[in-house]
Amino acid sequence: MERIPILKMGPFLLVTIQIDLYDRLALNLEEDLVKMVEKTASKGVLIDISALSIVDSFMGRILGNIASMSRLLDAQTVVVGMQPAVAITLVELGLPLNGVYTALNMEKGMYLLKSMMDFNGTQQEDGDHSFD
Amino acid sequence: MFENIIKTLKSNKGEILELWMKNQLASSVITEDLMTNQELRKQSEELVNALVNNLNENSINDSQSPDFDQLTELLGGISISRARQGFSPRETGSFILSLKEALLEILKKENSNVNEVFEESLKLSRLLDNFTILTFETFIKGREELIMRQTDEITDISTPVIKVWDGILALPIIGTLDSARTQVVMENLLQEIVKTGSGIAILDISGVPTVDSLVAQNLLKAVSATRLMGADCIISGIRPEIAQTIVHLGIDLSQVITKATLASALQYAFKSLRLEVRKTALEAAGVTNQ
Repeated sequence: MERIPILKMGPFLLVTIQIDLYDRLALNLEEDLVKMVEKTASKGVLIDISALSIVDSFMGRILGNIASMSRLLDAQTVVVGMQPAVAITLVELGLPLNGVYTALNMEKGMYLLKSMMDFNGTQQEDGDHSFD
Repeated sequence: MFENIIKTLKSNKGEILELWMKNQLASSVITEDLMTNQELRKQSEELVNALVNNLNENSINDSQSPDFDQLTELLGGISISRARQGFSPRETGSFILSLKEALLEILKKENSNVNEVFEESLKLSRLLDNFTILTFETFIKGREELIMRQTDEITDISTPVIKVWDGILALPIIGTLDSARTQVVMENLLQEIVKTGSGIAILDISGVPTVDSLVAQNLLKAVSATRLMGADCIISGIRPEIAQTIVHLGIDLSQVITKATLASALQYAFKSLRLEVRKTALEAAGVTNQ
C-alpha cells in the first residue's frame, strides 16, 4: 500500500507530500504520523504541502486533526508552503485551520519550531517574543 | 398611397432640414457647449439624407430593412459619441424625436386630406419610433461600456501590493471591499507573499469608507488566507468611527492584530523581525549634544 514517508530530523518529523492525497492515504498519514510522534518523542512536525494543488474539506480536517493529536503528544505542527489557490480555497470552505501553525517555506517553518522549543514549548508565534 | 409621402418628403428635403434644425434649436434642452451649431447641422443633414434617400415602398414598413443600414449606422455612431460626450438621454432622445415633428409638419402642409394625413403620420411615426428606440439602445450601450471600462480601471489601480521592507508587504485598500474585490486583493497579496517570501502583510483600511459585517468578513478571509500561507497579517488604519461600528455590529476581530495607523503597524512589523529604527548618533558626525 502507498505510504507517505515520514522522516526524522533531529527533534522534528518531516513530512513532504509530493502527490495529490486521496482520502485513504490521508487517513494512513494521520495514523502513521501520530504513531511516529509517540515513538520518537518528537517536539515538532513539519508538513510540506507546497506540491499540493488541490485541498478539499476532508484534507483540511485531516491537517487540523494531525495538529490537535500531535499537540496532545506535546509536539507542535507547522504546515509549510501552502499555495495561494489552496489558501483561498480553504478560507472559502470555512476552514481557516485555527490551531495549526503555518510558515512560508521549510526553512521558516524549521525556524519557527526551533524558536518555539527555545521558549520551552510555550505556544507563542515567533513574532511575539522578539523584544525584551 | 405611400408613394405620395415618399415623393413629398423627397422633394421637401431642404425644408425638413430647416424645420428640424429650428425644432432642435428651439428646444431648451440643447446644450450649446457640447456641440457647435455647425456640427449639429452637419449631423442632421447627413441623417435626413440617409433617411429620405432610402425611403421606398418596402422600407417605409420595415425599420430593419437593409435600405436603412446606412441610417442605422449613422444613428448608432451619433448616439455612442453623444453618450461619451456626456449628453443627457433627454437631449439624445429629443434629437431624433424632433425630426419626427418636422416630418409630420411637412406632411400636414402638403396634404389637406385629414384622413390621409393621419394614415401617413401613423406610418411615419411607427418608423421613427423604431429609430428612437434604436438610438436609446445604442446610447445606453455606450454608457454601459463607459461604466464597465471605469470599473475595470478602478479594480486594476486600487489594489497595489507594496513592498515596504524586506519581508514586509503593505496593501492599502481604497474603496468598498466587496466579495469580487476581496478575491482580487487576496490573490494579489498571496502571490506577492510567495514571490517576495514576506513574513508580514499589512492591510491598511484607511481608504475603506465603511465597514459592515460583510466587509469585515471579507477582511477576515484575507487575514485567514495570509495566515494559512504562513505570514502574519496586520490590519491598520482603523478609524475611530470604524472601531465603533465594528464593536456595535459585534464583529470579533480579537484574533487579528489591529493597529490604528500604518506607522504603528510598521513599527510592530519591525519589532517582530527584530529590526530597530533609531536616530544616528550626532557625535559621529562631529556635532556634540548639549
